[in-house]
Amino acid sequence: MSIAYVRETDAPLRAPPVETSGPVGWLRENLFPNIWSSLLTLLLGMFLAYIVWSVLDWAVLRAAWTGTDRAACAFEGAGACWPFVWEKFPQWIFGFYPIDERWRPVAVIVIGALGLAPMLMPNAPGKQLNALFLLVAYPVIAFYLLAGGVFGLEPVETTNWGGLLVTLVVAVTGIVISLPLGILLALGRRSELPAVRTVSIAFIELWRGVPLVTVLFMASVMLPLFLPNGLNLDKLMRAIVGLSLFASAYMAEAVRGGLQAVTKGQTEAGLALGLSRWQTTRKIVLPQALRISIPNIVGIFIGLFKDTTLVLVVSIYDFLGIINAGLQDSKWAAPQTANTGYFVAAIVYFIFCYGMSRYALFTERRLAESGRR
Amino acid sequence: MKNKLITLILGTAAGFAIAGAASAGTLDDVRQHGFVQCGVSQGLMGFSVPDAQNNWTGMDVDFCRAIAAAVLGDSTKVKFTPLTAKERFTALQSGEIDVLSRNTTWTMSRDTSLGLKFAGIMYYDGQGFMVNSKKNPNVKAVNDLAGATICTQSGTTTELNIADYFKSQKLEYKLLTFEKNDEAIAAYQDGRCDSYSTDQSGLYAQRLKMQVPDENVVLPEIISKEPLGPVVRQGDDAWFNVVKWVYFALVNAEELGLNSKNVEEMKKTSTNPEVQRLLGVVAADGTAAGFGIGMGLEEGWAEAAIKQVGNYGEIFDRNVGKDSPLKIARGKNELWMNGGLQYAPPVR
Repeated sequence: MSIAYVRETDAPLRAPPVETSGPVGWLRENLFPNIWSSLLTLLLGMFLAYIVWSVLDWAVLRAAWTGTDRAACAFEGAGACWPFVWEKFPQWIFGFYPIDERWRPVAVIVIGALGLAPMLMPNAPGKQLNALFLLVAYPVIAFYLLAGGVFGLEPVETTNWGGLLVTLVVAVTGIVISLPLGILLALGRRSELPAVRTVSIAFIELWRGVPLVTVLFMASVMLPLFLPNGLNLDKLMRAIVGLSLFASAYMAEAVRGGLQAVTKGQTEAGLALGLSRWQTTRKIVLPQALRISIPNIVGIFIGLFKDTTLVLVVSIYDFLGIINAGLQDSKWAAPQTANTGYFVAAIVYFIFCYGMSRYALFTERRLAESGRR
Repeated sequence: MKNKLITLILGTAAGFAIAGAASAGTLDDVRQHGFVQCGVSQGLMGFSVPDAQNNWTGMDVDFCRAIAAAVLGDSTKVKFTPLTAKERFTALQSGEIDVLSRNTTWTMSRDTSLGLKFAGIMYYDGQGFMVNSKKNPNVKAVNDLAGATICTQSGTTTELNIADYFKSQKLEYKLLTFEKNDEAIAAYQDGRCDSYSTDQSGLYAQRLKMQVPDENVVLPEIISKEPLGPVVRQGDDAWFNVVKWVYFALVNAEELGLNSKNVEEMKKTSTNPEVQRLLGVVAADGTAAGFGIGMGLEEGWAEAAIKQVGNYGEIFDRNVGKDSPLKIARGKNELWMNGGLQYAPPVR
C-alpha cells in the first residue's frame, strides 16, 4: 500500500559542502580564514619552503657523497661533506674505544634496549622483575662489559670511551641516579624532622646555586690538587657524579612541586584508613605527585641529556666533543666539513630528545585517563 | 689582573702538589708504568688530532712518541690525555701527566710562577697575516698593508699586537674586531677586510677551510713571539733533561742528516764523531760514548727516537709542512744554518 507522494526510501545523502569539510574546509578554516591570515600563511609558507629547499639543496643536491679526503669536498659551491661523516661516524659512536672491542658497547646498548622496551610498553608483563633487572643487574653487566678486566675481557679505560657512548652513559646514569635521589630530597625537604629538612634544603640550594660548568670544573681541575698524589679518581666518574648531583637538585624541586599539588586531604585520608606515614607517602601521595611532575621531570631529563655536552670542558669526548675533534683533522679540512658535522649532531640530539618528549606525552595521556570521571 | 690571580692560585696549588709529587723521579715512574703520560690538545690541526682509527697524530703527539721511544724503546708506549687550555697546568702539577706537549706558549710568568719548566721550543709560532691574492695582488709583506682593514678576534693579544706593530712601523690601518673567530673569518671571506690576522699556524689551518685555499696567501712575517714547547714539572731535573735532550736530539739529527730511513745505516757506516756520539756508537777502542747512560737512558735512546719517529724536519713536514695538507713553510722553524731558529747544543 503505497502512497504516491510518500517516499519509502531516504533521499541519498549529499556530501557536506566542500567549503566547510575535507581538506579544503580544513585549509579554509585553519590557514585562510581571512585576508590577513591568508597573507601570513603565504608568507610563512614561502619562508618554510625556502628553508626546506636550502637544506635539501645543501644536504643532498650539492653534497659530496664519495671520496677519501678533503679534495672530495673542497670544490667551489660544495654542499655537505658526507664522506667525512662516513669515515668518522664509527668514532663518533664509540669514541676511542678499541676497534676490535666495539662489539661490547653494541652489546650493552642492545641489552639495554631489550630491557627497556618491555618497560616502556604499558601492558607488557613482569614489570617488577624487569625493573629489578634494569636497575640492579643491568648497570653491573654494562659496567663490566664496557670497562672489561673480568672474564678475559680486555680492560678499556674510561679515557678511551667517547662519542655517543659517553653521552648515553653519562645521561642514563645521571637519569637513573637523579630521579630516586631527587624524590628522596623532595621528601626530605618537606619532612618534619629539622635535621633532615635542613640538610635537604642546604643540598638543593647549594647545587642549584652553582652553574654546571663550575661543578664539572671543580671536579676535574681542583679536586686532583686536593687529593693525595697518585690517587686519581676516574675523570668520567667524577663528571657523572657531578652531573647526577646537579640534576638531582633540580629533580627534587620538580617533585616537590608535584608533592605540593597533592592536597593535604589525601594524606589525612590515608592516615585515617590506618596506613602508616610511609605507606601513605608511597601508595597515595607519591604516585599522584609523580604523575603531576612528569612534564617537569622529562624536561630535566632532556636538559640533562643536552647538558652532557658540557663534559667537553673537562676534556671528555662526548658526541659533540668527538665531532669537534674530528673537525681538526687536516685530511678533511674543507669549507663545509664543520657544518656537516654539526648538522649530524643536531639530527642525533633531536632524535633522542624528541623521542623522550613523545614518550612522556604518551605516559601523561595514559595516566591522565585514571583522573577522568 | 684576573690572569695574575689564576696564576697565583695555580702556583700555590702547585706548591702543594709538588710537595707530594716529587717523591719518586718521573723517569722511574715512566719506566714502572711502561708508558709516557702525555698531555695534548683536544684537537688542533697539525699538532694533535685523532684519526679515524683512534690514533693520535700531529707534531705535539710525535714529540711524545719520540720521548717514549727514547725512554722505553717503543714509540707506541704513550698514553695521550687530551686537555683543555684551563686544565693543562693542573694536570701536570697533579701528576696526571708526565709531559705537557700541547701548543703551550713559553712565557716568563708560566716558566717562573707555576712550578713548571719549558724544555724547548718545538714550534716558533707568532701572529701572522693572511691576504687574498686575487683582491690584493700587490701585498707581499706586512708593510704593504698600509691603510688596510684588518679582521681579528676582539679581546685577545692579537688586537694589541697589531696596534703595537703598526704604530711602531708608522703605518695607517683600520681594525675590525669580532667576538668570535669564525665571524672574523667570515668577514674576511666576504671581503669586508683586506687581511685576517691570528697565529700563523692558525692561519694555515683556517686557509684550508676556505673556498679556494690557494687564493689566500699567508704573509711570511710574524709580528709577535709565540714559542710553543713541551712543559714538565719543576724540581725533577733528570726528567727535564730527558725531555729537553730528546728535543735536541731530533734537531741535531736533522742537522747531521740522520733520518728515520738512514739512521741504522749511518750508525754502522758514519765516521762523523758527532753522529757516533749521538747514536751511542761504541768507539774503536771499545769505549762507549755514554751520553745516554749519563742521562739515565739506554745508549740507543736517540737512535730509537729518530728511527721510530723521525728527525725534527720529518716530524714537521709530515704533520704541518710540505707533506701535509697544511703546507706550512718552515720559516722560523728552519734549522739555524738555513736561516731559521731551530738550534740544538752539540752532543759532546
